[in-house]
Amino acid sequence: MELLSFGKTGWGDELLIATMMTIAVSITAMIIGFLFALIFTPLKLSKSKFLNLIGNCYTTVIRGVPELLVIYLFFFGGSGAVMYVASIFGYNEYIEINAFITGSFAIGIISGAYSTEVFRGAIQSIDKGQFEASKVLGLKKPVHFFKVIMPQMLRLAIPNLSNVWQITLKDTSLISVTGLVEIMRQSYIAAGSTRDPLFFYSFAAVLYLLLTYLSMKLINKLEIRYSRGF
Amino acid sequence: MDFELMINSFPKLLNATLVTIKLLSASLIFGLFIGLCFAILRVNKNPIVNKFAYGYSYVFRGTPLLVQIFIIYFGLGQIEYLRSTVLWVILKEPYWCAIIAFSLNTGAYTSEILRSAFQTIKPGIIEAGQSLGISNKIIFYKIQIPIAIRQSLPAYGNEIILMMKGTSLASTVTLMDLTGVAKYIISTTFKPIEVFIVAGGIYLFITFIIHNVIKFLEKKYSY
Repeated sequence: MELLSFGKTGWGDELLIATMMTIAVSITAMIIGFLFALIFTPLKLSKSKFLNLIGNCYTTVIRGVPELLVIYLFFFGGSGAVMYVASIFGYNEYIEINAFITGSFAIGIISGAYSTEVFRGAIQSIDKGQFEASKVLGLKKPVHFFKVIMPQMLRLAIPNLSNVWQITLKDTSLISVTGLVEIMRQSYIAAGSTRDPLFFYSFAAVLYLLLTYLSMKLINKLEIRYSRGF
Repeated sequence: MDFELMINSFPKLLNATLVTIKLLSASLIFGLFIGLCFAILRVNKNPIVNKFAYGYSYVFRGTPLLVQIFIIYFGLGQIEYLRSTVLWVILKEPYWCAIIAFSLNTGAYTSEILRSAFQTIKPGIIEAGQSLGISNKIIFYKIQIPIAIRQSLPAYGNEIILMMKGTSLASTVTLMDLTGVAKYIISTTFKPIEVFIVAGGIYLFITFIIHNVIKFLEKKYSY
């Protein structure tokens, strides 16, 4: 227990900060994932074969390739790509991208592929009559989407989104390979300097379990809220 | 685009794919066995047995695979007692540690898949068997198991693909699997995109094959 105390002798405060970092990366990645889903869900649902193909490529490639490989691509290729874009605008200095941004982007793209599938499934399982009814009523497109489709879609999507959240949360452990100090990296450092890997990795496992448990509780509440009236 | 690098790295990556496939098939075989055992425990009526099996699957599904590998590879070696037993012969090898971690992980998911398959079997089917005078043992082996396997095929296919992606974590415990070799080539040549395309292509090809085999089996066993 001494190992977990706060202050200079223990690892308690470091692990607490690391846990915050894990939560921050997960939330950022989830939001980036939603942005990707917002772009790719319409592509997957569109009638154009070409747009369909782009959407399918994204979800198939990301869901068929290991997360770790995607992270390595971003870790080693991220700053190169940004520097290339910057050089077009005439900026030729070395740019180093923050590990937090690289990590959140890599995990976000992965999480986005899963979210896209969830949203597509949710929209497709909305009753066709709802689309027709809002058309017949002459609702404008934004009203149609935000007031008719979105509330129904969210209700159907929340249970599956909670799975995506769990996957995203667990995937953040992989960013530790890029050196971002989250739970896994901090445990690695602590295990290295105290030579007590069993304790620290088990503690990391407990932290992850706690995070998944608490988020499940929270999501269950959301689920109840959004299924009012059903 | 450095096409020469892509062509040169292809045989190396293909060799590493063998390690990935070995890891995958070993963990799937052990995992299926573990999953079946725990699924049977899960449908057991004894609450203690039941809770134990639930706890197992909860812990392994709620923590990242990376933590599980690290606990087994770095953590277990710390226990002095283990070092003196025969088990140490297995536990000192990263290869076996990875397989143990993967098997326990996929076993947890498989047990959930099989459990839900067992529970969706209509009671009428079992009752029909009983009224025909078939013994409970034969009902289990000849009626319940085949139906459960058919029911769980789509979900299990997903699990195989997830596990295939999971084997990439073996590279974190010094194994040179497909991702490990890809990372090595990237870090020596600094050409991430080219290597990603080749390695990712191989992974996608394996995914494609698994997907189609499962589809074929689904069709074959549909009723």
